[in-house]
Amino acid sequence: MIWGVLQFPGSCDERDALHACSLLGEARLVWHEERDLSGIEAIVIPGGFSYGDYLRAGAIARFSPAMGAVAEFAAAGGPVLGICNGFQVLCEAKLLPGALLLNEDQRFLCRQVDLIPENAFAAETTPERGSSSKRETISVPVKHGEGRYWAPDSVLDAIEAGGQVAYRYAPGQNPNGSARDVAGVSNAGGNVIGLMPHPEHAVDPLTGSTDGLRVFEAMQMVAA
Amino acid sequence: MTVEVSKHRELGLTDAEFELICEKHGREPNGVELAMFSLLWSEHCSYKHSRKLLRRLPTEGERVVMGPGENAGAVDIGNGHAIAFKVESHNHPSAVEPFQGAATGVGGILRDVFALGARPIAILDSLRFGELDSVRSRHLLDGAVRGIGHYGNSIGVANVGGEIYFEPPYEHNCLVNAMCVGIAETKDMVRAAAAGVGNAVVLMGASTGRDGIGGASVLASAELGEGDEAKRPTVQIGDPFEESKVLECCLELLEKGLLVSLQDLGAAGLTSSAGEMASAGGVGIDIDVAQVPLREADMEPFEIMVSESQERMLGVVEPARVPEVLAICEKWQTGSAEIGVVTDSGRFRILRGDEMVGDIAVEDLVDGCPLYDIEPVEPNGWAYGNETTLAAGATPEDTLLALLGSSSIASKRWAFEQYDSVVGSRTMRRPESADAAVLAIPEAGNAIGVSIDGNGRRVACDPYAGTVEAVLECAQNLACVGAEPLGLTNCLNFGNPEKPTPAWQLDQAVTALADACSALGVPVVGGNVSLYNEGPEGPIYPTPVVGMVGEIPDPEQVAGGAFANEGDTIALIGPFEPTLDGSQLAKLRGELDAGLPQPEIKAVAAACLTMRTAVRAGKLASAHDISDGGLGCALAECSIAGGLGCRVDVAPLRERGCSPEEALFGEGSGGFLVSGDREVLNSLGATAIGKVGGATIEIAAGDRSFSVGLDSAEGAWHSLAALLSDPA
Repeated sequence: MIWGVLQFPGSCDERDALHACSLLGEARLVWHEERDLSGIEAIVIPGGFSYGDYLRAGAIARFSPAMGAVAEFAAAGGPVLGICNGFQVLCEAKLLPGALLLNEDQRFLCRQVDLIPENAFAAETTPERGSSSKRETISVPVKHGEGRYWAPDSVLDAIEAGGQVAYRYAPGQNPNGSARDVAGVSNAGGNVIGLMPHPEHAVDPLTGSTDGLRVFEAMQMVAA
Repeated sequence: MTVEVSKHRELGLTDAEFELICEKHGREPNGVELAMFSLLWSEHCSYKHSRKLLRRLPTEGERVVMGPGENAGAVDIGNGHAIAFKVESHNHPSAVEPFQGAATGVGGILRDVFALGARPIAILDSLRFGELDSVRSRHLLDGAVRGIGHYGNSIGVANVGGEIYFEPPYEHNCLVNAMCVGIAETKDMVRAAAAGVGNAVVLMGASTGRDGIGGASVLASAELGEGDEAKRPTVQIGDPFEESKVLECCLELLEKGLLVSLQDLGAAGLTSSAGEMASAGGVGIDIDVAQVPLREADMEPFEIMVSESQERMLGVVEPARVPEVLAICEKWQTGSAEIGVVTDSGRFRILRGDEMVGDIAVEDLVDGCPLYDIEPVEPNGWAYGNETTLAAGATPEDTLLALLGSSSIASKRWAFEQYDSVVGSRTMRRPESADAAVLAIPEAGNAIGVSIDGNGRRVACDPYAGTVEAVLECAQNLACVGAEPLGLTNCLNFGNPEKPTPAWQLDQAVTALADACSALGVPVVGGNVSLYNEGPEGPIYPTPVVGMVGEIPDPEQVAGGAFANEGDTIALIGPFEPTLDGSQLAKLRGELDAGLPQPEIKAVAAACLTMRTAVRAGKLASAHDISDGGLGCALAECSIAGGLGCRVDVAPLRERGCSPEEALFGEGSGGFLVSGDREVLNSLGATAIGKVGGATIEIAAGDRSFSVGLDSAEGAWHSLAALLSDPA
């Protein structure tokens, strides 16, 4: 599969995401001014501080030429994964429901967390699926200052009912005050996924966990 | 009577220095020239009180790629790659405005590293504040931590480690030292020397404003005192987004071979960067200030020349390649302007359009400042105060908990969780999971261990022994992760060198640094000196901070600091003979005094080799060096990290002549606390002292034994967060 990883001025995790994708297929960076996504089969919008997060996290990036192309790609059913700042961009672009607010304690936080896979997409990422192992969470890092997921109760009810909650933080591990412990959501079509935690930093046993790789593998199934 | 203060004195120059300038210059300097001289002749830029001392340091080594004099040092890591690194202070700006002071400290050290053509991959920081019961200290800590996080997180460089100490002498003058580590392909690296007469000088990055004017002279080279509020405008304002763009831009320019040389703009702005580039290359430079992109149109030439606006880089470019350079700057949406030319005149000329507004011989400006001999005088006994916060009769249980909960020893999770420690996906050991940070270097098929250390209190007790200990501590931390030191960087934070005691401390410390590095065979590849660290109550503890980078051949073989298996044997390795002199316990008891035992450098080096070899062979389940709070705290830290208790008898240390208290809480170099298989540890010559297991830390010392529950140890060790929840 051919992956495209968006790169804005101010992106931080694009090389990490590129590396994660390249473990599963071909991958290339897509410069924020590019509109041509031909040949690309899955898009990753990486973490960082696109355009310096000026105005509001993700608020400027959503108007970039590349995001215009991503909106069309998503509308055609193409798989899109937004991580951290990428999640913020997707919410700003209205490709995902809800918004991401300043962390409850108003500080940046970096920590390894356990996530409970919830919807059909996330279920594919459960470790040792089908094996005798009882581990039902995945371990990946979070690192953000604006990661508190928020949506009106009616929207939260609707996404819960519609299977759009991808992951929740494990009990007691909600790091930022996210509503209903939501750590990641998908769109109604299930092809656009947004996560605050960083699967691209969990693809190598040397750095602590390989659970993140399952998220990228699951993206391949969305494309299939 | 009104006394007219001469302009040169206001700018920090002595009368004698001013006379020397007039003599060399052949006339009185005009306003632009005087501003430039005052900055480059400041302590911060000229090292006039330290340069002679620094000649003692060993700087040569087989693996050295770049040494002192470049923007940062660099060592060979194999497969055509080099690791660049440097530590630098931003103490006075942080004491005046902690958020921006610390943020721009990070920004500055990042620029030093990518100026070499290296991509920054890690930040470490070494911070010192007054005691946490002071509102001022909590404010400075909170601001500095937020500032470091803001800059490093936003630019996407992992903050992987560091240290924070709290001591009364830092109350007014906190220390913020930041270290950056970067990786480069050796063939793409670039030096700072300007070369090629007729080549263009291109200024890249942010536009130039009035911020930070006089930072190097007024702020960095004078003591702090009353009225520092008025110095706030001399603190620069950081913009990590701008830096992120100029970083990527410069790396692309270097990868395409478009730059002849590159230098960052730090202290003294254009004056020092252009002046030093010309000096290093033995050439002249003409700068047209009218070409410099400005934030405010009406800036004077002297303001443009000395502005310390952040996120700016100066490159030398062959004329034919200027359009290509400007196009890449445009792509990265970062500013760029051709502002000057390299000449063969040996002069640094400042023009505003056609008008010549300054004309100085490069040599006079950069190397003309007189170098001073300091006049060291050993003080009579302990020159700092003592305060008792723990009664001498406290039980061992209470003493252990008091030490674990003391601010300098307690977990710094509150701080490091505010930093992105994982970006770059290289971080194999995150903060507090091992004695040194470990970063994967897939480019060379190996890994590096990185540590930054310095205990000012112990240096205050004995500047020579304390400084040797700082180097050994760093080497021991690397040994715990199996790393062999390749090079050292240092930041010498001291008081006013014109006073006898700080002069003596500095003199002793530099000699110790030289001796320790020579004995270990570790070259000093770069560093920074921060003097005049004094407040109204006197000087700081003398604080040499050392940073080391070491090589780990096999990334699969790295130990951690946590006890790993129930039933493992716990043992000591190394020439560890602790005493209470200068210890954290002596501090809590108000018993600090001058003097420390002299460390046995060679014996510690041999122990480091044993450890490194054992770790690399996968023989140890855990490895931790014994430092602040002694064996008692080291045991507790390994237990807390592993969630496993321990049962230990300190009798072997008693046989080395230690009292029970010295064995439990004494400090000194050379001790490693390890765990693993009993037979394997025996084969290493380790001294077994107990076993891993249970939910308590049980220690027998002489005819007394005591135990502390793992949960209460953990509660004490994690007490900082509660203390800081309201930073005021």
